Amino acid sequence: MTPRRQRMWAVGLAVAGIALAATFTLRAMKDNMMFFIPVSDVVAGEFPENRNFRVGGLVVDGSVHREPGSLEMEFRVTDLRCELPVRYTGVLPDLFREGQGVVAHGRIGAAGDFEADTILAKHDENYMAPEVAESLAEHVSEKTAGLAAGSAECETQ
Amino acid sequence: MIPELGHFALILALSLALCQGVLPLIGAHRNDAALMSVARTAAQGQFFFVALAFACLTWSFLQSDFSVAYVANHSQLALPTVYKVSAVWGAHEGSLLLWILIMSAWTVAVGRYSHRLPEDFTSRVIAVLGLLSVGFLLFTLFTSNPFLRLDIVPQDGADLNPLLQDPGLAIHPPILYVGYVGFSVAFAFAIAAMLSGNLDQEWAKWTRPWTTAAWCFLTVGIALGSWWAYYELGWGGWWFWDPVENASFMPWLMGTALIHSLAVTEKRGLFKSWTLLLAISAFSLSLLGTFLVRSGILVSVHAFATDPARGFFILAFLGIVIIGALILYAIRAPELDSAAGFKLLSRETFLLLNNILLVIAAAVVFYGTLMPLLYDVLKLGKISIGPPWFEFAMLLPMLPLVLLLGVGMHSAWRMQPHKALAKKLRMPALVAVVAGILIPGLLYGRFGVMVSIGTAAAVWIMVSALIEPVRSWRRAEGATAISRSMLGMSVAHFGVGFFALGITLVSAFTVETDQAMRKDGSVEVAGYSFELRELRNVEGANYQAIEGRVEIRRDGELIGEVLPQKRQYIVQKNWMTEAGIDAHWNRDLFIALGDQLGNDTWSVRVQYKPMIRFIWLGAFIMALGGLIAISDRRYRSPA
Repeated sequence: MTPRRQRMWAVGLAVAGIALAATFTLRAMKDNMMFFIPVSDVVAGEFPENRNFRVGGLVVDGSVHREPGSLEMEFRVTDLRCELPVRYTGVLPDLFREGQGVVAHGRIGAAGDFEADTILAKHDENYMAPEVAESLAEHVSEKTAGLAAGSAECETQ
Repeated sequence: MIPELGHFALILALSLALCQGVLPLIGAHRNDAALMSVARTAAQGQFFFVALAFACLTWSFLQSDFSVAYVANHSQLALPTVYKVSAVWGAHEGSLLLWILIMSAWTVAVGRYSHRLPEDFTSRVIAVLGLLSVGFLLFTLFTSNPFLRLDIVPQDGADLNPLLQDPGLAIHPPILYVGYVGFSVAFAFAIAAMLSGNLDQEWAKWTRPWTTAAWCFLTVGIALGSWWAYYELGWGGWWFWDPVENASFMPWLMGTALIHSLAVTEKRGLFKSWTLLLAISAFSLSLLGTFLVRSGILVSVHAFATDPARGFFILAFLGIVIIGALILYAIRAPELDSAAGFKLLSRETFLLLNNILLVIAAAVVFYGTLMPLLYDVLKLGKISIGPPWFEFAMLLPMLPLVLLLGVGMHSAWRMQPHKALAKKLRMPALVAVVAGILIPGLLYGRFGVMVSIGTAAAVWIMVSALIEPVRSWRRAEGATAISRSMLGMSVAHFGVGFFALGITLVSAFTVETDQAMRKDGSVEVAGYSFELRELRNVEGANYQAIEGRVEIRRDGELIGEVLPQKRQYIVQKNWMTEAGIDAHWNRDLFIALGDQLGNDTWSVRVQYKPMIRFIWLGAFIMALGGLIAISDRRYRSPA
């Protein structure tokens, strides 16, 4: 082979390899992408089925319940319009509190509860995950503006 | 008074940085020795005033001067003195000041150790660094001034984030910054070379030790950050693919590509324009990383809009630096053709592949980090990309990289006869395959395809890295010894193998479990039994804690005792988990307290992490290799 042909081969192989790898990578990304779904949408039935997604909001006061001595627990998360029951088994992050912001990763189980495999609460009480802050802010203004008209009611499926 | 002095010192530093950035450039252009000689003096002056400003801010922290907003927000009376000092760089404003301080220190060092370089070249390098300083000083003074006073002075400060009250995090940012900022030297060398049109191999030789030094610091800085995340974030992971981590990893990947490509440029005069481009991108990514982290844009696109002044300044500065450098590059690069050739099987080819794979890896991280941002901006939804994706996507460039590494290391420049190469590498390959099958099977009792591939690849690098040093050690009397750069390369690559072995075994054989643990009860993990003996209240300087005393037994025999804590910091009221870790060279036993589940019962996370120390140790060995390479004699001798 002439050096030129040799080089052409090398470049061709490299490009093919990279293209193949890129295809795999992009497909893998589709599977690993988790969307954040506002609580109200989840309650209304608008969520991706059979795959993980994220929900977030405030932990409803008085909703945290756990069997004494067990790692299983449940609580409700709200976006100030709708509430969603969440189940989780395991160790909670340090900043998990009633009334505080929280993000959960998981999917909707058979009972219609959100079954979380990861619970995140950020390491600073002033800080709230931006998507959570945004979904709350929407309904805060809604409540103050349209409370009389009753437009802030939660619509379930 | 002291804060005002600091503020004033910063303004003076800015004026000096302007002189340092402009006059030597004019001097180098006109060949005016007087103007060129401004460079070193102005750089020293700038360093003096930045250091003074930094000292003033530190003083304000030590005095707990809460009339300074930055101090009031990030300190507290009861904060231990060492954390009052580290609080100086604990948030945005102070870390910028630290960045500037380190950059001016690098500049002074360049001035000090560059006497054998042509005067016009050194002046240009120092001037470029001066211009970068101007940008940072302007940014600090106009948008992020740490010396601003409060009208109403609070009684006590808001305290430093408890997570940052840790020795690991006290030293992690300075070291990381020394690395980040160090790439500005490589950048300045590249710009100066392009300005002067003097792009022979000498340029690469001058740049190499500086770039390697920066790379060493960056490596150690990232490793320290990972170590800190492991024991302080509480839950035993060592890398989370968090945007903040990725922001430091991208320049590291580019910097690694750069030090390899510099080797080709220095030895063979090839890849010149590619090396320049890498020098520009490594620093641009450092800049981008720092700004992404510090501007809050990664937290949310909207955080960008809450402080438009900062955001726009950042964008403008990034734009000027990157676009300016690329325009200069576009003008100069076509002049850089080189006639030297090389065969397909040669060290040049392997270093080229190394560069391609590292750049792909950096692109993967870049893509995964910025994709959520892009989705948000385009209103396609709010996504997050999980660690599994990064782990998978990194494997694609990294696996070929480590496999090729062993071959590349032993290939000669220009052309390598393949028979000799095969003969040399037969043994390491055999050892690697055997180890890849036996280590997981015999030591951990489980076989697996991925773990065998990983182990084999790691052992492959380690053994092939040892060939040259061992040969030199056993050499006949009077034969030439291995050079420092050769030894450094071998050591660094050995570190890569160490690191890869750590990652492989940790990810394959970690045992992790969340359990409810009663006082005097026990949890079994990987043959170790953890027994909670006692719970007691302890008091720290600025926190109260519940401390568990956990005994660890193996086959009934006591092998260690750890004291995991749950701390509550008095001012911020946050709870913090301090894990109890029993560290050993070949495994960590890890226990962290979760929540109280009832009387004397706690949820705990218990983990067995085999070989996790190899990850950080591997990184330190890589950095050590870099240091050995810098000490090579040819960087000392006159040019």
